Amino acid sequence: MTHGATGAATVDAVSRFGVAPADVDDVRRRLGRDPNPIEARMFAVMWSEHCGYKHSKRVLRRLPSASPRVLSGPGENAGVLAIGQGWAVAFKIESHNHPSAVDPYNGAATGVGGIIRDVLAMGARPIALLDSLRFGTLDDARSRRLLGGVVAGIAGYGDAIGVPTVGGELLVHPRYRENPLVNVACLGLVRSDRVTTSAAAGAGNAVVYAGARTGRDGIGGAAFASTELDQAREQTDRASVQIGDPFTGKLLIEATLEALATGVVVAIQDMGAAGLTCATSEMAARGRVGMTIDLDRVPLREAGMRPEEILLSESQERMLLVVRPDGVDQVRRAYHRWGLAAEMIGTVADSPRLIARWEGRTIVDLPPEALASAPVYDPIRRAPVEDGRSPGNGPDPHVDVVGVLTRLLSHPDVASKSAIFEQYDFSVGIRTVTPPGHDAAVLRILEAPPLGVALVAEGNGRWCAADPRRGAALITLEAASNLACVGAEPIGVTDCLNFGSPERPEVFWTFREAVEGLAETCETLGVPVIGGNVSFYNEAEGGEGAPGDRAVPPTPVVAMVGLLEDVSRHGRPGFTRSGDAIVLVGGGEVSLNASLYRIVTNGEGGGFPARPDVELAMRAIRCVREGVRSGLFASVHDCSDGGLAVAAAEACIQGTIGAEIALPREAAGGSMAEAWFGEGPGRFVVSIAPSRLPELQTHAAACGTACAVIGTVGGDALSVLWRDEMGVKRYALPLDMLSAAWRSLEV
Amino acid sequence: MTWGVITFPGSNCDRDCIHVLHEVLGERVEDVWHEARSLDGLDAVILPGGFAYGDYLRAGAVAATAPVIGAVRAFADAGRPVLGICNGFQILTETRLLAGTLLRNTTRRFRCRPVWVRVESTSTPFTAGMPRGTVLQMPIAHGEGGFYAPPDDLAALEQSGRVVFRYCDARGRVNPAVNPNGSVASIAGVANARGNVVALMPHPERASEALLGSADGRRLFESAIAWLQGRLQTGAPTILEAAR
Amino acid sequence: MATFRIVIMLKPGVLDAAGQAIERGLAALGYDAAGVRAGKVIEVTVPEAMRSKVDEMCSRFLANPLIETWRIEEVVAA
Repeated sequence: MTHGATGAATVDAVSRFGVAPADVDDVRRRLGRDPNPIEARMFAVMWSEHCGYKHSKRVLRRLPSASPRVLSGPGENAGVLAIGQGWAVAFKIESHNHPSAVDPYNGAATGVGGIIRDVLAMGARPIALLDSLRFGTLDDARSRRLLGGVVAGIAGYGDAIGVPTVGGELLVHPRYRENPLVNVACLGLVRSDRVTTSAAAGAGNAVVYAGARTGRDGIGGAAFASTELDQAREQTDRASVQIGDPFTGKLLIEATLEALATGVVVAIQDMGAAGLTCATSEMAARGRVGMTIDLDRVPLREAGMRPEEILLSESQERMLLVVRPDGVDQVRRAYHRWGLAAEMIGTVADSPRLIARWEGRTIVDLPPEALASAPVYDPIRRAPVEDGRSPGNGPDPHVDVVGVLTRLLSHPDVASKSAIFEQYDFSVGIRTVTPPGHDAAVLRILEAPPLGVALVAEGNGRWCAADPRRGAALITLEAASNLACVGAEPIGVTDCLNFGSPERPEVFWTFREAVEGLAETCETLGVPVIGGNVSFYNEAEGGEGAPGDRAVPPTPVVAMVGLLEDVSRHGRPGFTRSGDAIVLVGGGEVSLNASLYRIVTNGEGGGFPARPDVELAMRAIRCVREGVRSGLFASVHDCSDGGLAVAAAEACIQGTIGAEIALPREAAGGSMAEAWFGEGPGRFVVSIAPSRLPELQTHAAACGTACAVIGTVGGDALSVLWRDEMGVKRYALPLDMLSAAWRSLEV
Repeated sequence: MTWGVITFPGSNCDRDCIHVLHEVLGERVEDVWHEARSLDGLDAVILPGGFAYGDYLRAGAVAATAPVIGAVRAFADAGRPVLGICNGFQILTETRLLAGTLLRNTTRRFRCRPVWVRVESTSTPFTAGMPRGTVLQMPIAHGEGGFYAPPDDLAALEQSGRVVFRYCDARGRVNPAVNPNGSVASIAGVANARGNVVALMPHPERASEALLGSADGRRLFESAIAWLQGRLQTGAPTILEAAR
Repeated sequence: MATFRIVIMLKPGVLDAAGQAIERGLAALGYDAAGVRAGKVIEVTVPEAMRSKVDEMCSRFLANPLIETWRIEEVVAA
């Protein structure tokens, strides 16, 4: 065995190739020697935060990941959940934050390509995408440019590859200006008995490379994702952003599904971050086997590539398969039929060594486990000092109801996103039952009627800033509430955890707290977290202000999938009929702290949001879900940003009909602002035929949740009545004014 | 009846068309590979939506050179029904089986939304089964759907009754405000002189089941089925046919 | 072998949406540019015997004569 022409590298040289100084000794210990320069580069990339999860792995073990439906949990390319009738869904979310800040179109596009391949690697046909986006406020030209570029990139890739983008979210806040967040989730469909694995197996089996040819894309890109953005470097960083080709992505989907259908494929993984290095080491490590790879056999599209470039290239649209020797020709034929490269580049071995050969020499020889299992850190955490800025929940005597509601409706977090989603093909595949704009996206399962699935992504960073544990709980309940509005029962979560630098104890504390909040709430809901993604280092170097301000607020994005037993019973958010009763289902604490109301009135969004009573919220969620399934409601919409006010206004706008609402007053001393704009979990605005009210009241009582009639549908304005010690106030907001505010977002 | 749905590398809506024809309408359907040289045994052919061959050079341009196109020409010349949907429309104009071309949307954005179209000609297998002026709701999803023909060609299209669908509002009124992509004369779909080759930008296969919002699109397929079974005529010959 | 550079532009009278967008972008950056048009450049290398076919390649495939014009330049190595 040789180490290559240059010989073993010294410790200094090891860190020179990008391995973190703290990890250098670990590398030597795992290898029993110094790595050569090529091996050192492989460690640098595989042990980067993006690939290695060093700061997060210990904390992530806290998340509940089991349920009777889970067919594949964390540790594979995507989680898989059984949905019935012999079918299952694969579900995963990924971030592409740093590349999107540098090159928004290509960064977002390759994010879409990558997550689609993760789902494909489970043997699933990708059938839906969600995009969860965060930028600085849109009065800022840079943020507008990033938003436009990212949406165009998602559209450009998603539309061409034929996977519908069916929902998502947009949030704006100054703290995302330097660090936009682009998280994309993908759902795929697979037969329960055809779920694939990435664990290589079978000495003598062939290792087959399939897809696009390899070029010099993104060399060192995974390491790039783990460093902080620096404006001066943005120009050179541009060369590290990968360029994807959705046409090749589409061919890859069809060819891969055909190859998998032959039954000769033993294992499969996509090549994403860290390319061939990651795929070979992870597949071998998971299977506890070895692999020998002949780099000369890798299909190349550029001349004169060095072996380390081939090993680390992040060229897109490539898969790695382990195939029975007698099946290699079948697999090659499947890929060639679609015009893609497919070559056997190596074999599986019993002895757990990853060996790479080039021009007749062995240039890499190390245990795959060493690359695939980066060190697990136990970072220091420290709760931030209370900053005393949290505003109280005091009364707001003079509320400009009309002005505030108009500002809330036109705020990008709330406003209609049609300027975004009309750029996405949301109906290709003819599974999309509800167009974007519903509380959750609903897709029918053509192969298993009348089943349906619903998807939603939520991640309100405002609620997490002061108390990440509470915020994560609120986010998770929000997602479950959205699913209830379309009659779906939550069956699984994939999470994308976006934070600043984990090397800062205050940031790491928020990460741990958020995961705890997510874990607790998922446990109570009985929903497993089947996989996810962590994106650290979302903070700009050298910006103005204290370190805390330069990082994104703690932003745990929760993407949740739910099941509909009958997809035709899916609910709608808009009021439908004059005369219908409007009912507030659910209750519990609301607060103006950390609310959108505060953002639009005094610009400060701080403070502790409402404390979530998870059990109480669950009862309201169940009541609503079952009501939707039995067709009890004319419309359902959950209360979120902007509280009851926005929910009621949106129900009027989407139903193009007015309403008259008398605001419920919790107790003497409660303010109108709190009742109307206060935010809290587990509250729903439903409309129902008056003749069916007794049915709802019985049902709600049986579910143990409050329900209060608060108004009537009708007219061409939203009229609000507030009664307190000072008398009665009535506000009338014309529907066309509300509608114009809500439809004001341009992209 | 046996339908053929052509799959080019990059076609996205082939499976959707197959679903509607086979599962919803109970028809026999064959998936035709882009390298096929014959369409023998088929009664009607569909060129579905998507991004055939990546839509490089111009939308539909490379697909127009595909091996199967020769067979499509022969099929069309024999008067058999051919339907192009979205990318299929683009491909058919590039083959010159249909007049005109499709330009980038004037909004310069991809646009996915429901639209209404009015049936302008019932002289095709796909529209013979409904009255002139029928309003159909179907979704569009395209970035290059602006129909264009130079003024003389446009005049000839109109006069010869080759305009088959026009964008309109829910009540069937044509006006520029409801034109989603800048097509000249709000043209959403056209036919050849004989009327057997028809194409449109909206997606009838996405509007064939009430669950998905509209079942209006199904009427195009039902009309063609009835026509193939001899239960419908395509009406008066076009000006060009009469002139022969 | 001979190499040709083909410049393909939209005919005047056909809406050049890309050209207009570029013009607006330049104006937003403070550059006074008018009449911006955007087209395509394609380079092809053909055997000497095919030299006379380049124009046909354009009219038949590389350009759409309904809406585009083209200009063929031979690229001569210095």
